[in-house]
Order: sequence, then structure tokens, then C-alpha cells
Amino acid sequence: MYPLRLSQFSVVSSVGAGQAATLGALRDGTSGLRPCGFETVDLPTYTGTVEALDDVRLPEAFTAFDCRNNRLAEMALGQDGFEDSVAAAVARYGARRVGLFLGTSTSGILQAELAYRARDATTGLLPAWFDYERTHNVGSLSTYLRQRLGIAGPSFVVSCACASTAKTFGTAARMIAAGICDAAVVGGADTLCLTTLYGFHALGLNAPGPCRPFGESRDGISIGEAAGFALLEKPHASHGDDALMLYGVGESNDAYHMSSPHPEGIGARLAMERALTAAGLAPGDIDYINLHGTATRVGDAAEDQAVSGLFGGDTPCSSTKGQTGHTLGAAGIVEAIVSALAIRHGFLPGSPHTETVDPSFRSRYQLACEPARVDTVLSNSFGFGGSNCSLILGRPR
Amino acid sequence: MMRVFIEGIGLVGPGLVGWASSRAVLAGLAPYEVRPVRPPPVAMLPPAERRRAGLTIRLAIAAGVEALAQAGRDPIDMPLVCAASGGDGETIHETLAALATQQREVSPTRFHNSVHNAPSGYWAVATGSRLPSISLSAFDGSFAAGLLEAAVQATVHDHPVTLIAYDVPYPEPLHAARPISSIFGVALVLIPHRTERALAGLTVAMAEAVLPETRMADTALEQVRVGNPAARVLPLLAALARAETGTMHVDGIDIELTSLC
Repeated sequence: MYPLRLSQFSVVSSVGAGQAATLGALRDGTSGLRPCGFETVDLPTYTGTVEALDDVRLPEAFTAFDCRNNRLAEMALGQDGFEDSVAAAVARYGARRVGLFLGTSTSGILQAELAYRARDATTGLLPAWFDYERTHNVGSLSTYLRQRLGIAGPSFVVSCACASTAKTFGTAARMIAAGICDAAVVGGADTLCLTTLYGFHALGLNAPGPCRPFGESRDGISIGEAAGFALLEKPHASHGDDALMLYGVGESNDAYHMSSPHPEGIGARLAMERALTAAGLAPGDIDYINLHGTATRVGDAAEDQAVSGLFGGDTPCSSTKGQTGHTLGAAGIVEAIVSALAIRHGFLPGSPHTETVDPSFRSRYQLACEPARVDTVLSNSFGFGGSNCSLILGRPR
Repeated sequence: MMRVFIEGIGLVGPGLVGWASSRAVLAGLAPYEVRPVRPPPVAMLPPAERRRAGLTIRLAIAAGVEALAQAGRDPIDMPLVCAASGGDGETIHETLAALATQQREVSPTRFHNSVHNAPSGYWAVATGSRLPSISLSAFDGSFAAGLLEAAVQATVHDHPVTLIAYDVPYPEPLHAARPISSIFGVALVLIPHRTERALAGLTVAMAEAVLPETRMADTALEQVRVGNPAARVLPLLAALARAETGTMHVDGIDIELTSLC
């Protein structure tokens, strides 16, 4: 099944639009987290907002899909020549041989939230502008981009909470291995909405300030929004040394609780072990681990146990959520791209806002960004429902 | 094109409770009567999760349990593919309604139940399975997308997999925007190699051309098929009930069924 070539990628988050802006922010340790000023939300928390989003418009033929989530997807499509790369893949392989597997957790639910505020006073009906299928529905993102990109291969949305976009890599690898398609667009988008901001507030998981992953004084998450895409293709002989490869995907379930991770990180460890097995690699082959690290008390402690149990205490690791916020369903693609940038440009990402690492933790946490040769990276994404996914990316071996 | 086998079926729909007792109706040998159905609480969940389990969770688990019992397989050894157009109607409606009030007090349980993969999360808690699960959506084409993913998994991993497709009606005002007519849940145990228990062989492929959807001959059953995305499975189940061999077109997927029973 592996390796697959990650031939193009694009990303937009609160730290910037496109690879160059994201790379600059990672190197400088810039954080996109600010006091929450989203919509009418009145909560004492920080968010990673994509400010330019209000000005994004979908192409005229697709205005029925207009919602915050599809706008952010549209914005990411326009970065780093991603749209052109997809067009080239469609021309090369044929539209029916390109797959589209995208992740989101909340899709365009913000439209439904706004529609519920605008119900008819007499009939209780939702306003006529509310388009369930093209905005709120979980499948909206793939319905939109299938038409927008002229893809006619297999397509659907994977929605496994905060593991969603990481898991799209696994689906794409299986579909290509089964011969259903030759290339696939993976990734997806998740955007700010009241459901997640007030939902995490109800669970007591929103940090009052910017989140401090793996910090001694960590006190919860900062919700962010992001979109990102990657184009996966079978490797060919002529790829250069700077090519990026997907070496393995590992997936598991905690089988423990809906919103709390297994305290010993059993499911997390299984996902990492399965990714290593798929890649044919040993823990010592990994140069850097991009952690899930959302900065909750229990989540970080469980992940530290899983990581230090499997890798010992020498492999550098960090969570970049202090920069982007926890972009929920988009975290997998954002952090796959962070990992790709770390490999291509040679650095270990740091963790702004985290001042002192929890002294009870055993893994080697990277506080500040520093230059380093990075050949192989493992990236973790864990979600509600106990859904875990680990990706391994690297240079050609 | 992939070749897999069906080893177990679970079915929970209006007037269609259980594969064995629905077979005659689906074969056209007994009259179809629309009767409302409610899936029972899930005995295999711990008490707290049992109380919190909403309709989609109970529906998905009921269908999955039936299919695995027929296949004689332990769910702990089975990866899971869940396919649903949307989430739990009541959970989504109550959350949206709460967010439209001044207080915006969202129930924590409703919030974690609002994720699309809630049924697969409860399934893992109920069965103890730590094998991978995936939850997907492709609007009305969700069953076909789930069948494709499950057949690909069975083939590529050379391992049995459980597919559960389900959808439930939404309360008003969402119902007017997304009319789903009745609850419907179906589970298929798919295996890569034929066993003695195999009920049918199945080839699954992306459609070569846009062909008309395969419909149900019975008008009332056809209404069920178009009224719930998970019920797009009905032509496949009808062919299986009649022990026929046949080809079906379901939302961009071509299915060829060879009955073995």
C-alpha cells in the first residue's frame, strides 16, 4: 500500500494562508490565537480565527454551497497552486481515476445555527435561504469539491471528530491499493461555529487564555479553524530527493469513553504502532513526533504515556496547537502539512505559550523551534468517540 | 472491482425488523406493512452509556449485533465502517435550539453525541473492539460510499469488516429542510473469502456509466428506499431474499450479487 507520494499540498489556518506563511509562523513561533471575537459568541476563551474568511466568495456557479466551511476550503484550494495540481492530475489520470476523501467534524453547521435564530415566528420554519444539503450536511464538502474540481472518482466525507482529516489519508491509501483510483485529494476543513465553542465550554475544556500543550499549567484547548489539502499519488521512478512520501497510517479505537481518552493512552499507542507496522519502520526511525497535544489535563497526560512508552524519552516531539489552535477535524491535515514542512525545510517545530513542561511527563518535548535534519515524522490525531489516527511522512528512502 | 462475500445481515426498518423475519416480505412472498419500529436500549453498554445512547446509536448497534450473530463472529475482531447521511436528529435539533436561546446552554452529553462517529464510539465501548472504525457521509449516496469503503477494506486488508448504515428522521423544523421518512438501519458482515456461512458473493465497482437506480417493485418499499439514505440497500436485500443473481446500480456503484443460499 505504501509509500504514496504527497505531490502537492496547501493549507490555511490562523497563522496564515499558504505554505510560505505557515512555514514563517512555525519558524518564528508566531501564534494565531486571540481573544474570541467570533460572531456573537460571549465566552472567556481564545480562538485561532482566519480573519480573511469573511471576504472569500465561492465561484458564481457554486454560491448554493456558500458557508464558512466551504469558503475556507475554497481559500485553501487557491493556495500554492493546489487547484492547478488537481487539474493536472485529472488530466493525467482521467476524472474517474481521481478520488476525493475529505474530513470535517462540523461541516457547515454554522448555517443551521444562524437559521435556527431566524425561524419564522408563526410557523417555526427555517428561512428559505437555508440549504441543508449543500451546507449543513456532513457530506457537503465533498459534494462541493467534487463538482468544483471536476473529480468523478470515489468521493465522500470522513467524519470521525478530531481524527477526521488524518483518516482521509488511510482511506485514500486503501482505495489506491484496491485499484479504485490512481490518485486522491485528501484533507478537508473545519471552521468556527457555536456548537463547538459552547459545546467544549459545557465540557469545561476551553482554556481562558491561549492553550499551553504539555505545559505544567495547561488548562484546556483553544479552538481554531483551518483547511488543508494534499494530493496523493502512486510513486514513480523519477521523483527527486525532495519528494515527500506517506509511509503509513495507523488507526485504532480507545473503546473506553466518548469524550475522555483512555488514561494510559492504549488506543493512541495502538494507532502509532499500527502506523509503524504499515510503514515497516521501528520507533527509532522517527525523527520528530507532531503530537495531538490539545492541552487538556487528561489528554496530554495520556498521550505522554503512549509516546514515552513506545518511543522512550529521546524522540523530539511537540504540539503545534499553541500556534494554530485545535482545528478539530482539520487538525490531521494541518499537522501532516506541518510535518511535511519540517521535513522539507529542516526544523523541529516549537510550542509557543508552553513555558514549563509538565514535570511528570517523560517524552522529550520541544519548546522552541530549532533547525534540524528531519527525515521521518509521525503525526498524531485523536478524537471524540475514541477515534485515533497516526500518519508517518518522510523523505524517499 | 472487488469480490467479497456477505456472511451476516442486520436489519431495522419500518415493518422490517430482523433479516430472518423480513425475508418473505422482501422476496415479495408476504405483504409489506409499514409499522413503526424503535430499537431497544443497548444491553451490552455500561449503564451510563446506555442512558446516554440516542436513537442513531441504538439503531446502529441493533443492526450490527444481528449481523454479527448471524455470521458467528466476535465484534472485538471486526473493524467497523459506519455510513450515515447525517447525525442523530434529536441531538442536533436540541443543540441548535439551545444555541438559538439567550443562555446557549448546550448539554455536554448532547455535544459529544453530536459527532458523526458517535455510534462507532459507543460500538467500541460496547464491544471492546480497538480495531479501526470509520464514519462517513455522502448525503443520499452514503450507503454506496460505505459499501465501497467496506469492500475495499475487506479486500486490501484481507480481513472481515462490519458495515453499518443508518439514518433517522429529524424533528421539525429540520425535517422540512431534510425530510427523512423513517428510521432505517442495516448491517452487513463482509468477508474476503467464501465460508460455509456465506450468504452471497458480491462484486462492487465504480459505475462505468450513469445508469438509473435500481428500484423496489413494491410501491411502499420503494417509498422506504427513497425516504432514507440507508434504505438504498433494499434492492440488494430483495435480490438476496429471492436468492437471485443480479446486477444493481446504487448511487454510482455497480453491485453484482450471486446468491449462495
